[in-house]
Amino acid sequence: MNLVSVGFFLGIVGLTLVVTYIAAKRTSSASDFYTAGGGLKGWQNGFAIAGDYLSAAAFLGVSGAIALTGFDGFFFSVGYVVANLVLLYVIAEPMRNLGRFTLADMLTARFNEKRVRGVAATGTIIIVILYMIAQLVGAGALIKLLFGIEYWIAVLIVGVMMTTYVLFGGMTATSWVQIIKASLLLFGTGLLATLVLIKFDFSLVKMFDTISADHGDQFLVPGLKYTSSIDSVSMMMALVLGTSGLPHILMRFFTVKDAKTARSSISWTTWITAIFFSLTIFLGFGAMHFVGLDNILAESKAGNTAAPLLANYLGGDVLMAFIGAVAFATILAVVSGLVLTGASAISHDIYGEIMKDGKLTEKQQVLAARTGSISIAIVSIILALFAQSLNVSFLVSFAFCIGASANLPVILYTIYWKKFNSTGAVTAMVTGLVSCLILGAMGPNVWSPVEGAAIFVGKPLVPLAVPAIITIPLGFIAGYLGSVLSTNKVSQEEAERVYKEIRVKANTGVSVSDISH
Amino acid sequence: MESFNKFVKKKNTFLFSITAGFLLLYILLPILAFQPVLQQKVVGSITGVWVYSAGLFIMTIVLCTVYVKKASSFDKAAAAVLAEYHAKGGK
Repeated sequence: MNLVSVGFFLGIVGLTLVVTYIAAKRTSSASDFYTAGGGLKGWQNGFAIAGDYLSAAAFLGVSGAIALTGFDGFFFSVGYVVANLVLLYVIAEPMRNLGRFTLADMLTARFNEKRVRGVAATGTIIIVILYMIAQLVGAGALIKLLFGIEYWIAVLIVGVMMTTYVLFGGMTATSWVQIIKASLLLFGTGLLATLVLIKFDFSLVKMFDTISADHGDQFLVPGLKYTSSIDSVSMMMALVLGTSGLPHILMRFFTVKDAKTARSSISWTTWITAIFFSLTIFLGFGAMHFVGLDNILAESKAGNTAAPLLANYLGGDVLMAFIGAVAFATILAVVSGLVLTGASAISHDIYGEIMKDGKLTEKQQVLAARTGSISIAIVSIILALFAQSLNVSFLVSFAFCIGASANLPVILYTIYWKKFNSTGAVTAMVTGLVSCLILGAMGPNVWSPVEGAAIFVGKPLVPLAVPAIITIPLGFIAGYLGSVLSTNKVSQEEAERVYKEIRVKANTGVSVSDISH
Repeated sequence: MESFNKFVKKKNTFLFSITAGFLLLYILLPILAFQPVLQQKVVGSITGVWVYSAGLFIMTIVLCTVYVKKASSFDKAAAAVLAEYHAKGGK
């Protein structure tokens, strides 16, 4: 803990609090709270979505994974980048045209049934909690490492900060914290990558030759972490399709005024993520070569501190303190987005729409949103305090798996399939969610014969770390069968009539019902 | 309205054929990455998997640009359909 670290750390805290203070003045209605009043510009939302992508897991985890396992770690980078195209081509614009605050709003635009909303909101809460625990536990460990603060105090600091942003500044504050962080992260990563490249005389080939000669060719091909195609294919499917089903990313499409702005948001995000994830190669290989595998492993088994250690090598304490502060900002921004998303599901979907039939005044809605934010924050903090000694980073991959298997099929069917009905929506979501959780709980992340490697000691019944290759088809099949086999024929006619309206709205953003007859 | 249905069909065909294409190219990476074909060194010590991955990055940027361009024409088509609808007395 030195003065420079403390300075950067307080700088981040101060800057984000100023942003929150300004945002708080503009946050009065439910729409301000959940979607920043729909007033974000394309580039702003693009940076904010990029901020959602670039979680601590992406920044620290991917560069660490490349440092320790070479190409196996780079699989993640490719997955995150291509995921943009799925969002851009089939999700972003219809999502913006149909939804209001949440994923459940978009589904209930077509099926105005409480059970659909309830299941969607439950899925959102589960994804948010899983994601959040992984982020908070990682945050506690990271802050402990960088600043020497006790784990539980670190978790509380992050918890209090994220609650403050959301409570007072809602989506406006959360978005700007995300934008600031994405800019800092791009700058920091660019700086590190440039410093690494200088050491290799700006030659990619020289860098690869050096890695090959000094560390071995095994780092230049996959095989150190993933021994078979099937495991890596399953993980890659979860990444590319799961991103489009993550509620905190979907919610970002409602923060802009129309489909066109949603489109330009994602095109900004695509460029930012493509640039960022290209740079992870230099961070990973740089750490491997200059810091050394033994030194990285000595600090953390997962290699999460590879980037800060590389910064220390390249620029001493000052640069390390800066990268540490950036990592801290990264965690703050992502967890704030998660708190807000969790609150939208609890306060807007479950309390406001299901329990109160949408009959809440503007004041009551905002109060409910704030209460929901506090409750989801408290639950997450408590869970994170209990999970300190567990290796929970894999929970993020579960979140992607649920996004891909439960949410994506329902979103696609809702927008593009005429015969889809509410029974199908419920069966798809429940099947995707339950199968991910059950197969995941039987997998190697939870069970390992080696003590301490996973949560329980024993043989995993399912050999896949991420069961997406099984659960994604299951979700799609369940949605199809649920729709076809549902016996409620009266609602079928109604459903097709509603679909005609939906199709117009999804494609044009305008509500007119008889245009498609 | 005929023109609307035609427009949506054309748009969805475009969207889904491109999507199927890039997903296929993408999922070939973890499949081919374990085959000798991508494990050879191509330039210096840079192996095929890195080159293929770089290709996927470039593909993403290119298809993103293609979509944004194409979407402007979809916007115009949608506006034309709406104009036709209003001209026919729709509200």
